[in-house]
Amino acid sequence: MSLLLFDTLLCGLLLALALASVLSRQLSHAVILYIAFGLLMAMAWARLAAPDLALAEAAIGAGLTGALCFTALARQGQLALSPVVSWQQRCWPALFVLVTLSGLLLALLQIPASPGPLPALVLQELAGSGVSHPVTAVLLNFRSWDTLLELLVLLLALLGTLQVAPAPVRQNSWALSRSWSQLLAPLIILLAGYVLWAGASQPGGAFQAGALLAAGAVVLKLNKQLNWLAWRNIWVRFFAVAGLGVFVIAALAAWLLQGLAAEPVWLRWPPQLAKYIILLIETFATLAIAITLTLLVVAEQPDTPLSLETQDSAGGSDD
Amino acid sequence: MSDIGELSLFSFVLSSGLLFIGLLFFIAGSIGMLRFPDSFSRLHAVTKADSLGLGSVIAGLMFYSSWWQNLLMLLIWLLVMASGTVSCQLLARFCKAKQDQA
Amino acid sequence: MTELSGSLLLFLLTAASLVAIGVYGFIIGPEPLRRILALNIISAGIFMLMVVLAYRTSGSGATELAADPVLQALVLTGLVVAVSATAFALALLARLEQSSSEMSAPLQLKQTEPEQ
Repeated sequence: MSLLLFDTLLCGLLLALALASVLSRQLSHAVILYIAFGLLMAMAWARLAAPDLALAEAAIGAGLTGALCFTALARQGQLALSPVVSWQQRCWPALFVLVTLSGLLLALLQIPASPGPLPALVLQELAGSGVSHPVTAVLLNFRSWDTLLELLVLLLALLGTLQVAPAPVRQNSWALSRSWSQLLAPLIILLAGYVLWAGASQPGGAFQAGALLAAGAVVLKLNKQLNWLAWRNIWVRFFAVAGLGVFVIAALAAWLLQGLAAEPVWLRWPPQLAKYIILLIETFATLAIAITLTLLVVAEQPDTPLSLETQDSAGGSDD
Repeated sequence: MSDIGELSLFSFVLSSGLLFIGLLFFIAGSIGMLRFPDSFSRLHAVTKADSLGLGSVIAGLMFYSSWWQNLLMLLIWLLVMASGTVSCQLLARFCKAKQDQA
Repeated sequence: MTELSGSLLLFLLTAASLVAIGVYGFIIGPEPLRRILALNIISAGIFMLMVVLAYRTSGSGATELAADPVLQALVLTGLVVAVSATAFALALLARLEQSSSEMSAPLQLKQTEPEQ
């Protein structure tokens, strides 16, 4: 009963925040309400027995999206009130959306209460997957094709963003926030390493660790730290591509290994090696995801677009 | 993790009181944020009342969990308090700079 | 008809309403940035629907899993893809504004002043 009360409160808050974000008069209010919405979504994931998603959402929805949207807000310059939308412009879409919603609900209520055969299948095959956490097993073994393509999508988004990256927003860094972010940095690295390692048996894994690392790196970058973490640095480029590269190489190696025995299947790991292959892929994927997300959020305009600068002395020095 | 039944009456009352006090501080801070006139007093209401409220909620929860979880909760409280302080300072300085400009 | 429990039905309703709110915001939202936010709200609704469907497992007790890991893994992939798509969209938006303000800088100044 009390859980139902909590659920009602959570759902009501989520809907209210989403509606307020859509309807608010000022764009800055909309962004702030959306960030609060992201935080509450993390809570909803935790409630719905999806701790993996809660971990990722807490880093992405609250951290990275917030930084993204505020950067976009800062680029808008003068914050004026939104243009007024007339009643006709409001009513007809509302009617349309209500009709759509009722159709959607009708469809959703037909969904059977019993799950499909997939969970039982996953549980059955879990022993041979190399890890004991089902979500990680699905991500990196049973449906690794998705993860491979997802890394490709990330890379494409990064390349696209770098192509169109606008001029950086003028920002100053305060000494206080700089020292606080430096204090937090080792903690985040420790936490990301733990989350990555825990992914084999508990909620956690490459995505969450990558998102955490990216959130920490974005805070540091916004404080003018980590100057080496930019696209002009060749090692950053290498690790951004390495996530995909290592995945493909591992898949090819596994394919060739299988080829000796029976007819090979693309992206199927041999059970005795699966643990090490998954760990290898996850480590590189974490670094690639962290670098890609960081560069996506603090995308700066390269002086000469997408070309390596020769002044490595400026890019390579660590603080 | 122990049940409520294993707690003595004294610690049960103490933890409930602490949780209630924490809740009160949270509500007061939220009302302050909504009702206070300018940014400085709003910041004051949110950061101070909420870190104290979180502290007493955590102190109240400590009766129910093992020492290891208690340590983690203390760490969380310290982190939240420190980051709240830092962000309050930053926001206040930003507001001050804006005020001086105008 | 379904025999889902109360909480599950509630989350199902919330997911559908989030999609509806997102679509509404996407249609009326006057600024592009708000449209991007509305798209994110739609995606949040869809993810929530998938997670609710994954959560059905725990109620039935057929398996000892907490929830359907396949759907959760798909949503995890979707979260990361959604944020990267948002970043790309925001970069495009910023570039659009930059170039439009460069092209018509004096015109824009005149237009924004009387709004105050």
